[in-house]
Amino acid sequence: MRNRLLLGAALGVAVFATASAAWAADEAGVVKVSKGSAFLERAGQKLPATVGAKVFANDRIVTGADGSVGITLRDLTLLSAGPNSMIDINKFSFDSTTHAGAIDAAVKRGTLSVVSGKIAKTSPDNVRFTTPGSTLGVRGTEFIVDAGLGG
Amino acid sequence: MEFVAFSLAAVLAFFLSQQTSTEKERVVLLPDADGKTGAVLVKTAREEKLLNTPYATIAIDQRGAIRSVEPAQAAIQERYSATLQAMPPRPRSFVVHFASGSATEFVADSKPVLDELKAFLAAHPAPEITVIGHTDRVGALEFNDALSRQRAQTVRDLLVEIGIQAVSIDAAGRGEREPLVPTADEVPEEKNRRVEISVR
Repeated sequence: MRNRLLLGAALGVAVFATASAAWAADEAGVVKVSKGSAFLERAGQKLPATVGAKVFANDRIVTGADGSVGITLRDLTLLSAGPNSMIDINKFSFDSTTHAGAIDAAVKRGTLSVVSGKIAKTSPDNVRFTTPGSTLGVRGTEFIVDAGLGG
Repeated sequence: MEFVAFSLAAVLAFFLSQQTSTEKERVVLLPDADGKTGAVLVKTAREEKLLNTPYATIAIDQRGAIRSVEPAQAAIQERYSATLQAMPPRPRSFVVHFASGSATEFVADSKPVLDELKAFLAAHPAPEITVIGHTDRVGALEFNDALSRQRAQTVRDLLVEIGIQAVSIDAAGRGEREPLVPTADEVPEEKNRRVEISVR
């Protein structure tokens, strides 16, 4: 009985560890600033983008007329979305040892300000920001993308 | 006659609509915090443009035509103030040093650094902290691996003790593998007896 309990506990730990590793793999960053109406849309769910909330690859960032949100990604890329914005984090991967990785974010509407991070230094060709009408290639820098109302 | 006039008007309207450029998007390059300016290459369906000067601004119309806009720092800061104000604080690193062989005794010049770190963390929303311990080359490799981990743990405990509400605090030791100042084996070097604290 005791052995069985131990086995159960060990399995539980193993499952938990696997689940954490999977989460950690697509964890893109953390919300550091949040004002007004600001949300993360994930797998059909709308979650408040509160300070400390984790952001994952495939999340959509949505802000209202009074909203804005600031996010620090794991590679030290800094993002901020202004009011009336919709931004899709299509792809994020980062190896904290080699600093290799990829970022793909689409500004569907509104404004995104970016301070590029380590991926832009080691693999600039893997950093892509898009709007409905343009594609931006980044060479280690800071910039604002304004997609207006989109479309 | 009426038909001809109508056709002409329609042709004219079509022609005008082709000529009218409606701004749809903008891209603005900002100088980096260190004063240098990087570069952004913008590509549309129609053309491409390299931005590489401070506050360089372009407008993109509905057909992908790019027009340069006079760079105007004050106007940019006003127009995008809500966005810029939501920028997360810049990540920052701190280094503290230890007495030879000790995992708990900081050298005197580390005190102001620790105070600065505490002040920085108090104002930093949802900090994610990485604490990496290092040693100099005095002592065996295994001893230094353990010592570097203990040094990192000392700093981690200190942060927990003062009540830092972090999203995460990761602590690790790198032993004598990553000296800041390369030395021969068994040479004491204070600069290498350190803990690096990175906050993002």
